[in-house]
Formats: sequence, structure tokens, C-alpha cells
Amino acid sequence: MPHALANYSRTAIGIVIVALLLFPVYWMLNTSLQGSENLLETEWFPFDLSLEGYQRAIDSQLGNLATSLLISIGAVIVCLAIAAPAAYGLSRTNIGGRSVAVFIVLLLITQMIPGIVIANGLYPLYNSAGLLNTIPGLILADASHGIPFCILLIRAFMQNIPHSLLEAARIDGAGEVRVFLSVVLPLSRNALVTAAVFSFLFAWSDFLFALTLTNGSTVVPITLSMYVFVGAHTQSWAALMATATLASIPAAVLLVIAQKYIASGVTGGAVK
Amino acid sequence: MTNSSLTGDRTGVPRRAPGAAGDAPRPPLETQGGRRGMRPRTRSAIVTWAFILPAAVYLLVFFGYPIVSNLTMSFQDFTTATFFTGEAPWVGFDNYVAVVGSGLFAKLTANTAIFTIVSLTVTFLIGLGLALFFNRYFPLNKVLRALLLLPWLLPLIISSAVWRRMMEGETGILNVVLEGLGLSGVSWLTNPDIALYSIIIVNIWVGIPFVMVIIYGGLQEIPKDYYEAASLDGATGWRSFASITWPLLRPVVVVVLMLGFIYTIRVLDIILALTGGGPANATETYASRAYHLSFVNFEFGRGAALSNILIIVSLIVAAFQLRANKRASDLAG
Repeated sequence: MPHALANYSRTAIGIVIVALLLFPVYWMLNTSLQGSENLLETEWFPFDLSLEGYQRAIDSQLGNLATSLLISIGAVIVCLAIAAPAAYGLSRTNIGGRSVAVFIVLLLITQMIPGIVIANGLYPLYNSAGLLNTIPGLILADASHGIPFCILLIRAFMQNIPHSLLEAARIDGAGEVRVFLSVVLPLSRNALVTAAVFSFLFAWSDFLFALTLTNGSTVVPITLSMYVFVGAHTQSWAALMATATLASIPAAVLLVIAQKYIASGVTGGAVK
Repeated sequence: MTNSSLTGDRTGVPRRAPGAAGDAPRPPLETQGGRRGMRPRTRSAIVTWAFILPAAVYLLVFFGYPIVSNLTMSFQDFTTATFFTGEAPWVGFDNYVAVVGSGLFAKLTANTAIFTIVSLTVTFLIGLGLALFFNRYFPLNKVLRALLLLPWLLPLIISSAVWRRMMEGETGILNVVLEGLGLSGVSWLTNPDIALYSIIIVNIWVGIPFVMVIIYGGLQEIPKDYYEAASLDGATGWRSFASITWPLLRPVVVVVLMLGFIYTIRVLDIILALTGGGPANATETYASRAYHLSFVNFEFGRGAALSNILIIVSLIVAAFQLRANKRASDLAG
């Protein structure tokens, strides 16, 4: 069957393309497993397996990983607490389509502002508010990576909640806050999880605010620590790549979770 | 993924849901609320705005304030001393004159232009090719497509660190391969004539999934029977791409190129982690120079001036994008 053959040759080409494009990811794993100090050239395969890189990464970077985790979780909470109510408000039709449209254009514009502009403008404010070198400061700043995106994402989902469900709750005497908390939020679970995953990833990946809003000694997220590490013309690549691998884990794990929710969000619909 | 939902939203805005009818009959709420002087419609609108208020305040502090403060700083002599004395004398356009008049500005502009245009063009072509490739069904298609997202999801600092290892002088794998093939190694990050292109390679690698995902989404929207009808008329391969795929893909292409431009011109992480703007300013762009002025030299006024120049270029393109996008959706009906 030539048709099936053509399909399988496409699969083969596809595998080659993916292998080529993911080579740097393989190289990160490969390098991280070749721990010997005096090894300058990395072998193609980690036959001489050594976990020394991981040992050293954990010894020196565990605190920074914990800092990143704390900041990212904080940013997710701030992000959802602000984005979910706003998304609901913007999905309502009683405030006029024009003001909603204006707000959404503003949200789109925020995504076009270069990060360095925000960092530069925030620095004096953070300096006078005492937020430099603090975890709450980084949490608030990192939430800005996710909030506009989360509002748009959650709102698009909430618009599809059948109006009759909300009306039914209101007729039962529920106020708007009650409708939001006990009807809208539970129905939007998939969108909220997806938004949480992405805002976590955005905060976890943040480098600019970590670089500009701290002095690099008291509060050090993992991205900043890796930057210092790379800049020091390191010879201990195994330890650096082991750190990189550890720092990639949340991204990889959360992507798998998110994919499931993105798919079910599209097909599942709001009415159970 | 970000952007498919963004574009989806824009068309969703003017929608009038059944809420217009749902607002009128709501006596229970009004009596509970106890604000008899207010029309129910006004009261419910106030409640809705209360939901939006925290987001509005946040956006004002974390986007509005920095933009305004960046603007005022750019007209002040704002340095480290300002934080102690609280004094930042107004200097008019001095910061802009200093930034544009410096001998480095022409180089910055050329680097920024080359970096943005070459990155975007190559990323777009590869992303388009991959999207077309994956647009046909074959076994493992979905799994392979998901795997391709990985470079986009990794923190940029991680990607940069890995590439830095791969581009390392004698021992990096790229040079090992080149020398194995009998070619001479390349000083990827230390040769001023090459470093900018090395950074572009990394940036392309990071950007491919973004372009591929959006274009793939656009391709999936094109009805399959168009192609069937065309193949009956004898149009396949290149002909069907030129007369069906490309024209119908145009609005998506416009969005990808414009967003790609905005996201590329401001790239900072990759540059700082790979070369720090060096060697000899060979990889210094508007964004990285603005960072160096503000946070290394502590000349916040000049840093603000340069980042305002960056924002102006970005916004001109953004405005162009919104217009082109509007025209594209007008054409689509």
C-alpha cells in the first residue's frame, strides 16, 4: 500500500526533525550525567554515568530552587485572585460592550510593553516602597507576566458558561459574589488550572525582574543563580546542566498536566 | 497558544449575549441590596466593575506607573544619587541626545535590526514549513508536535546555558562536529563578526514552536474540501499552496509576524546569558543597552530614554498590526 508507506516515511522524517530540534535538550541531560571534574569534552553518550553533577547542584542550588518555587506559587495565587474575578466581570454583559472592548485592548497593549521598560520604571517605586530584594516584591512583579494572559484565557472560557445556569442561581436568591464563588468558579475549573499552570511557568522562567529588582545576594531565584553561574566561565558544566535539568522539571511536569486540561477544556464544555 | 486565544478574543468582544434580556427582571436582588435610589441596572453594573477593580488597580501599578515613570525619568538626570538625595533635575531632551548622539547608537540600531529581521524571517520560514509538514495526518503526528513545544517552554536562561555549552570554544559539541567533518571550528560567541548570528541561531531555536503552533492552528481552519475541489481541477502541491493555503492563511501570518516582531525586538535574557552584549558590543541591542545603562551604569535617565525609543518602535509596529488585523478580519467578513 503506497499510501501507508508514505505515512510511515512522514513519521520517520518527523522523528528526525524532532530529534534535531530537541538535540540541545538531550545535550543538557547528557552533560548533566557526566560529572567527572577533569572531563573537558562531553562524550556523546553518558556511558560513564556519574551523578556527581546532581550531587553538587543539589548541595549548592536547593535553596535557590526553593526560592523560585515559593515565588512562583505566590505569583500563581496573586494571578488567579486578580484574574478570575476580572475575567468574570469582563464576561458579563451589563457594563456595555464598549468599555469591555477598551479594557481588552489595554490588556493586549500590556503584552507589547518590553520588560525592560517595566523593570526600569518599577525600580524607583520598589526602592521607595522597600520591595527591592524581597520575596513579596518578586511575587507581585512576576504576576505581571501572567495576569493579562490569564484574564483573557479565563474570560474566553467564562463567556461559554450558559447564561441560564447563572440566572437560575440568581432567581434562587444568590448575590453576585455567591454566583461567582459557587457557580462560575467551579464550572471554570479547567480554565483556572490552565491559567495557574501558565502563570507558574511564566514566574518560574522570570529572569528580568530577578536580575533588576534584587541585588543578587539575599533573594536569589534559580534563573538568576544560573545566570551568575554561566557568567563565571564555569568549567563544571555537569553541575550547571544538572541544575538546568532540575529547573526544567516543573515546566515539563506542568506541561503534561496542562495538556490534559487544555484538551478537556476544549471538548468538555461547561455543562456537566 | 497565547496568541490564538488573543485573536479569538478580539472577535468575541462585540458579542451581545442573552444577558441584555436577562438583566431586566430581577426584583429580588434590588430589594435585598437596599439601595432604593439606584436603578437595578446601574447597581448591577457597579457590582460588575467591583469584580474588575483589583485587576484595574494592578494594571495601573505594574504597567501604567512604570510607563509614566519611565517617561518622566527620561527627561531627568536620574542616577544612583537620586535615591539618596531625592533630587533628579529636569534636563529636557539631554538623555535622548546623549543616547542617540553616542557613537554606539548606529551599531545598536544595526544590531537590533539584523537581530530582529533575520531571527523573525528564518523562524517564520522554518515554523511555516513544520506547520505544513504536520498538517497532514501520519502516525505519531500529535506526540511529535507536542514534543516540539519543549524549547518554547524552557526558561530562556536554561536554553541559553545549554547553547553556551554547545558553542563553547574547543570543547563545545558544535565545534567537535565541525572538526569531525574536517572543517575548522568557529568562535561562536567570541568572534565579533559571528557572535550576533550565534545569538540569532539560539533565538530562532526558541521561537520556532511559537510560529509553528499558530500557523498550524490557521492551517487547520482551512476547509479540506477546498483542496479536494482544487485537485479535481488539477491544482496540487505548489499550485494549491499558492492559490488556497497562502491567501487563506494571510491574516494568521500577519498576526504571527507582528507579534513575533514585538517579542523579538525586546529579547534580553538570551543576549545577557550568552554574550552580555559583547564581544566589543557586537551583540548589544536597544534592549540590552537599556539594561546596561540603567542597571550596570545606574544612569536611569538614559536607560529610560533608550527603552522609550524601544517602546516607540514596538508600538508603531503594534498599531500597524491592529490595523492590518482589522482589515484582514473585515475582508473575512
